[in-house]
Amino acid sequence: MNKRYELNKNLAQMLKGGVIMDVTTPEQARIAEEAGACAVMALERIPADIRAAGGVSRMSDPLMIKSIQDAVSIPVMAKVRIGHFVEAQVLQEIDIDFIDESEVLSPADDTFHIDKTKFDIPFVCGAKDLGEALRRIEEGASMIRTKGEPGTGDIIQAVRHMRKINQQIRQIQNLRDDELFNTAKVLEVNLDLVKFIHRHGKLPVVNFAAGGIATPADAALMMQLGAEGVFVGSGIFKSGNPAKRAAAIVKAVTNYNNPKLLADLSEDIGEAMIGINEQEIDLLMAQRGI
Amino acid sequence: MIKTIGVLAVQGGFIEHIAMLNKLGAHCIEIRNKTDLVTNKFDGLVFPGGESTVIGKLLKELDLFDKLHEMILEGLPVFGTCAGMILLAKKIINDSHIYFGDMNIQVRRNAYGKQSGSFLTHGDFKGIGQIPMTFIRAPYIENILDSVEVLAVVDQHIVAARQNNMIVTSFHPELTYDLRVHEYFLIMIDQHIIKLKNYTT
Repeated sequence: MNKRYELNKNLAQMLKGGVIMDVTTPEQARIAEEAGACAVMALERIPADIRAAGGVSRMSDPLMIKSIQDAVSIPVMAKVRIGHFVEAQVLQEIDIDFIDESEVLSPADDTFHIDKTKFDIPFVCGAKDLGEALRRIEEGASMIRTKGEPGTGDIIQAVRHMRKINQQIRQIQNLRDDELFNTAKVLEVNLDLVKFIHRHGKLPVVNFAAGGIATPADAALMMQLGAEGVFVGSGIFKSGNPAKRAAAIVKAVTNYNNPKLLADLSEDIGEAMIGINEQEIDLLMAQRGI
Repeated sequence: MIKTIGVLAVQGGFIEHIAMLNKLGAHCIEIRNKTDLVTNKFDGLVFPGGESTVIGKLLKELDLFDKLHEMILEGLPVFGTCAGMILLAKKIINDSHIYFGDMNIQVRRNAYGKQSGSFLTHGDFKGIGQIPMTFIRAPYIENILDSVEVLAVVDQHIVAARQNNMIVTSFHPELTYDLRVHEYFLIMIDQHIIKLKNYTT
């Protein structure tokens, strides 16, 4: 078995039960670390601003990413465009801990994702359903997250994607052995991965929730639906009191099954990001890269 | 007697520890808030890997710190891996935080650098033999002070040690298939239980 791939899946395991926060400056990175983020995602603009600005959105300036690496001691992630393997080479060169091949940026390739097996460092990729998740894992992803709908503050798509992935996993668990071949065909994935799901009832890598999480209750909802941790993008630094909200979301993820604590955590944490409903947006980022 | 192990479960790789300990016949309870500490009785504690900044902060904010500290000082066996080692260290050389600070070791955080420096190797563990060792953005022990026994050294750095009731590893035995370090910990617990019995009779 490939040693690097095992080590990269292991890093994702250590992030479980944690919150990964989008940050755009060293100062925000320090606020996130202080609030209890288990990792930060360094990017020039958070998804809500990318959505508002329009235009082509690319990998961030390495200088900006380095300034965030210098500011914190927790793992630092950064995004590349779907299929843009040279942006990934650049991030590997500056010693990033984790690469997000992300639909939040403008896709560089509408057919091929990055061959992630060619890299020494881990990748996380988004998925709307089990087929997407398993195709990304086949390409070498060490971690999966729901796509959700980034930059909206609207949880509906993340819920839809998480439910869908877990429903499909449960369906496969209930199949007879001789029915797995057809599932591999329908999902357009490798039979071995389908067999793994059949046997273990879970993905072979860690699965986080992302896209639209804005409150402690949102984060706990995703955890109760089976997420192993959450990404919060625009939800923190687009809110009234980022430090307080970030700390509350961290605690909500740890105690996602404790309504009494969730009630306390939801209290007086300032204004949530205003957000935007899915019917009101023109661009569905989740449709990028399938 | 079935042993009950409290596994700190506020963030990180705690499920992997529980799976290992269950295989060895121990019963595990996840510690997420103070109620878990008050309503259960433990024979040992596990502090898993994860981010020490997150776990350390949540220990305080979820009001777990004082009670856990009391249990450690009373001599309850405790096993810390990676971030768990940092929680127990007297001093972190490249970080101003001190958490429990009960173990006479000075630790360097992220001592092997970023994820590109993570590695798998095999090394000798005192009293056990060769075991697989998975290091993920790991710390190592730079100095030991009084009454600390070195259990494993990799590339001239101390990566496992014990002081009385505390055992720590830089690496993650729970990410391998080798149960022997967890077995070692359960033996520590047996010895502690016998000691307690002798003390009371």
